[in-house]
Amino acid sequence: MSGLALLALISDMLVRATPLIFTGLAVAVAFQAGVLNIGAEGQFLVGAAMATTVSLQLGPALGFTVIPIALLAGSAAGALWAWIAAELRSRFHVLEVISTIMLNFVAVYLISFLVRGPLQEPSHVYPQTSSIISSARLPLILPETRLHIGFLIAVAAGVTGWWLLRNTAGGFRLRLTGANPSAAFSAGLIDTERTARNAFLISGALAGLAGSVEVHGVTFALYENLSPGYGYTAIAVALLAGLNPLGVIITGILFGALETGASALQRDAGIPATLVSVIEALIILAVLAAEPLRARGLLRRDVTSVVQAAEPG
Amino acid sequence: MMDALGTFLDGAVRTATPLAFAALGETVVERAGIINIGLEGSIICGALGGLIASAAHGTGFAFVMAGLSGTAVALLFAIFVTLLRSNQIITGTAISLFSLGLTGTLYRQMYGPAGAALTISTMHSSPLPFLSRIPLFGQAFFSQPPITYLLYGIVPAIWWWLYRTHAGLALRAVGENPEAAITAGISGRRVQFGAILFGGFMGGLAGGTLVIAQAGTFAEGMSAGRGFIAIAIVVLGRWRPVAVAFAALLFGGANALQYLFQAMGWSVPYQIFLALPYVLTLCGLAGIAGRVHAPASLGKWVETS
Repeated sequence: MSGLALLALISDMLVRATPLIFTGLAVAVAFQAGVLNIGAEGQFLVGAAMATTVSLQLGPALGFTVIPIALLAGSAAGALWAWIAAELRSRFHVLEVISTIMLNFVAVYLISFLVRGPLQEPSHVYPQTSSIISSARLPLILPETRLHIGFLIAVAAGVTGWWLLRNTAGGFRLRLTGANPSAAFSAGLIDTERTARNAFLISGALAGLAGSVEVHGVTFALYENLSPGYGYTAIAVALLAGLNPLGVIITGILFGALETGASALQRDAGIPATLVSVIEALIILAVLAAEPLRARGLLRRDVTSVVQAAEPG
Repeated sequence: MMDALGTFLDGAVRTATPLAFAALGETVVERAGIINIGLEGSIICGALGGLIASAAHGTGFAFVMAGLSGTAVALLFAIFVTLLRSNQIITGTAISLFSLGLTGTLYRQMYGPAGAALTISTMHSSPLPFLSRIPLFGQAFFSQPPITYLLYGIVPAIWWWLYRTHAGLALRAVGENPEAAITAGISGRRVQFGAILFGGFMGGLAGGTLVIAQAGTFAEGMSAGRGFIAIAIVVLGRWRPVAVAFAALLFGGANALQYLFQAMGWSVPYQIFLALPYVLTLCGLAGIAGRVHAPASLGKWVETS
């Protein structure tokens, strides 16, 4: 393999890893706080839709500020989508697992409506939006590759998240809420309800940011199958990382490589890319299966005690 | 107008049938204190299993195979949840992901990504004598494929089993108060294991219904979240089998509104109808909040033996 081809391969893997790191962080933050957000997929799509809308409608007027504004708007939309489920959870005791999955389906049809209705490209032939203007596109890290600065933002988000969880009062409250909500509550120090809600919103914002970055760094337009299930893969990414944000960067790259490889296998060897879902599911199950071993001290790292504590009720 | 109403009711019963199978199975599972989010996996595997079996043998055999495919998926869930005591929600999510990926992979391997899809002739509706001639309702409820009639039998059977047999009492005891049940000599783990397998079989039948009685073919991800909707229906039906069946019908009705709208000539973006089941589920869950009593140990980790 020539140096250039290798560079292209590595950059493709990192491009694919970028949304997985963001959504993996989204899942990790929520699970750490005991919120089982299965809705990263929907939050990703809604974030992408909002960011695309901002860039299409306001792109020319905003000049160089379009990128930060579009990404912020996308994050806010993701948080809003999560807020619906958070509200249903705190006000009506609706299990967030069910509500977020339902909202994923609603988001899919919302995108379908948008790209065939109000946001469809002017010729009305293809079910997608027009491309966003070049000033709204994320700069490339390496010229001649597809690697854009979204990857660096994802890594920075992971490092920041890790630092915040470890070193701030908010991070401590969040971890304690997930680890032992009744103790955290009765100690009188922590409003667990509010902490869980904040974690839910941050989680939604990260997933929304993932969608925004995907549109502004890779696809430049919104269309129906924008996400090949990033939000679901994110669960495997987060669990395999033991919900540690630094770990998520590593496992995100790992899964990026896995999915890039799967696409190549499908193209060259005819092996269905859906096999990746099977592998991802088996990884989640393997992590779960290792839990009892950990509990018995057979494995040193206490990776998923937080997940166990996240049992509903 | 009567025609449109008839079509609407027929559509309601059709949509409700697979949902009711899955939801009734899940009702039994949840009454034993387990929430199986992997139900979606049982449905999609039942769909593929039913299709393959139907192409090879008769319809009855196909439904049994569909049920067993669903059971196989549930077995995996049961091992993790009752033996390894893994988190039920995360296990269930993984099982759904696994099944959706597995069925997609198998189907593509067997018939190629864009190759000729395997189609089967769907089960005919067989109108019941007299009953199908009841005005308005007869056609919708009693001129359906026989699998729907099986459902009419299963609803009272599950009710009777849950409330009128020792085994049913034992199962409810495990879901409500596992410690007491275990003290009374009931093996909580065995009860939950059996309930999960039953739920898987019913989920498989739901998938089989989709393929054998409705679509006549398989499509990747054709379960389309029905497993999750079924779980919501269980809550709407407050964990009571008869009410759960009616909740499924209500849901089918809401979903069949599109036929009524089309008949009326009202034009609405079709995505609204596609999104409607999920929005309704959310509204339904929010609407009954605080007024339901879930099985006390539902989803909680309890020391069972």
